[in-house]
Amino acid sequence: MPDISMLPALPLILPLLTIGVLLCLRGGTHEAWRHGLNVTSCLAMTVVAFALMAAVSEQGVVVLHSGSWPAPIGITLVVDLLSAAMVLVTAVTGLAVAIYAIGYGTAKFRGYFAPLFQALLLGVNGSFLTGDLFNLYVWFEVMLMSSFVLVALPGGRPQLEAAVKYLTLNFIASAFFLVGLGVLYGTMGTLNMADLSVKFSESGTTTLGATSAILFLVAFGIKAGIFPFYFWLPSSYHVTPTPVAAVFAGLLTKVGVYSCIRAFTLVYAGYQDLLGSILLPLGILTMLTGVFGAATQFFIPRILSFHIISQIGYMIVGLSFFTRGALAATVFYIVHHILVKGNLFLIGGVIGRKQGSQDLLKTGGLYRTAPMLGVLFLIPALSLGGIPPLSGFFAKFVLIREGVLLGEWLAIFAASAVGLLTLYSMIKIWNEAFWKDSPDQWNSPERPAPVTMIIPAVGLAACTVAFGLFPGYFFGFAERAADQLINPEAYIRAVLQSTPESMP
Amino acid sequence: MFQNLLPIGIGILFGCGCYLVMRRNIVRVLLGIMLFSQAANLLIFTAAGLTPNLPPIIPPDALTVEPPYADPLPQALVLTAIVIGFAVLAFAIVLVLRAYDKTGHDDLDTFHHSEN
Repeated sequence: MPDISMLPALPLILPLLTIGVLLCLRGGTHEAWRHGLNVTSCLAMTVVAFALMAAVSEQGVVVLHSGSWPAPIGITLVVDLLSAAMVLVTAVTGLAVAIYAIGYGTAKFRGYFAPLFQALLLGVNGSFLTGDLFNLYVWFEVMLMSSFVLVALPGGRPQLEAAVKYLTLNFIASAFFLVGLGVLYGTMGTLNMADLSVKFSESGTTTLGATSAILFLVAFGIKAGIFPFYFWLPSSYHVTPTPVAAVFAGLLTKVGVYSCIRAFTLVYAGYQDLLGSILLPLGILTMLTGVFGAATQFFIPRILSFHIISQIGYMIVGLSFFTRGALAATVFYIVHHILVKGNLFLIGGVIGRKQGSQDLLKTGGLYRTAPMLGVLFLIPALSLGGIPPLSGFFAKFVLIREGVLLGEWLAIFAASAVGLLTLYSMIKIWNEAFWKDSPDQWNSPERPAPVTMIIPAVGLAACTVAFGLFPGYFFGFAERAADQLINPEAYIRAVLQSTPESMP
Repeated sequence: MFQNLLPIGIGILFGCGCYLVMRRNIVRVLLGIMLFSQAANLLIFTAAGLTPNLPPIIPPDALTVEPPYADPLPQALVLTAIVIGFAVLAFAIVLVLRAYDKTGHDDLDTFHHSEN
């Protein structure tokens, strides 16, 4: 068996090295090299993520003690099934977006996109892999710093205004995160998540523990776009260039959800009654406000941005139940949503490229000129709305089934109603962009979309269909991931009792 | 004495930060988030315990340092947080300046071009 001890670090080392080389390849003459390297790096990351997934499926939990410092002292990288799945889906989304970006945007945008994009993936991967709460904060900042620049990069008035809002709210979220860390370190004397889990189970629930849990809920909630904190999201995502919007929509909010799952199942397992009673109403309100916000919009990325919020609500509701089946449904939902939502943004960008605008009032007639694009759009759109046999149907089905078992009728009703309204929004895009005749006053000749913009959309749609055709396989995986979340003993043992290899 | 004053000072910093963040003037918002993050840094420092004059240095005749000693980890954490906060703030200042150049306003109420 090959030595896999360094494998958990590879998803971090790979983008880091790529950034360095990409920064050397500046200017228009190196553009082909930049794109080639960007795509190759994402491809390599996908391979690494598959290897990581295989290792985790075999061994349970894979741990890397960085610098060979043993667990509560040093920073540990921990990969369980959830982390491995998140890294894999990050790599797949990254690959799709890297290919999409080849034929997109102005020369200035193409000059800076690749290194910033790799820095974003670095931060996202780091957040998924770390086993230390302070280290999670650092990865958050790596991710946010590159995302600030990516929002502001086009440099127009809407982008700069959006970047100011995005930065301010995320800066405040980071401050909340720091305060939570301060309170937690002051009471527990450690920030290693496995160590915290042990110490919390020894000390029982305390007021200060609950305080830090709520502070983290606010910090992660702002990043995830949960109900009272989501206002930065629909006012910033839709002004960004399509590849940026797609990777933001797919990954950034999910990092917040992932952090909620990790912290509240591992560290704050003793506080789940309190957290569940807060998360459930917040999740329901997130679903409803998101979907109602989308209903009035006529700009494709803005509709999709509001739908990110409503879909985050499903994940939060799933998390709030804190049962094995609900967590499995949440894991399934996250992976499904990353693939589907990223794809919808990419296809929205293709519509914008073909018709010169993503405003639904200016588009039309695409079903006549590009029927295959219509099919391509319908796969993720119907999946988001929850039409069988696509991935979204099974994601919603398992979540609602768990709600029925627990007798949470309000959540079930909200989830079903929101599914219907989601379908309404998707059908609205279909009607306005594909079905109706092209409005005369905007009747400019249609531009072709390059094949590099189509391939990633086809690939992601194929993933959605695969999820729909083999739901048992993927849900079985999600159940195993949920098992690890519900019973964190294996995680804790792997972190605290594995001894680092001695230095040579 | 100092241990009692510091929490009050942190409270005042958080209060000022909150007040400034809610202003419409973009520069005041910037100052607000700056105060907010510095208050958070001080809070980590204070919450982890203030132990003056007890450096975590192993004496020449011993193999380990005996408690009580000042915990070096919160200082490392705060240092990291300061560096990150500084970098983000530097970017924020440039961003705000660019936004002011582009919009001609420092009033956040005029920042609604990204909303429609």
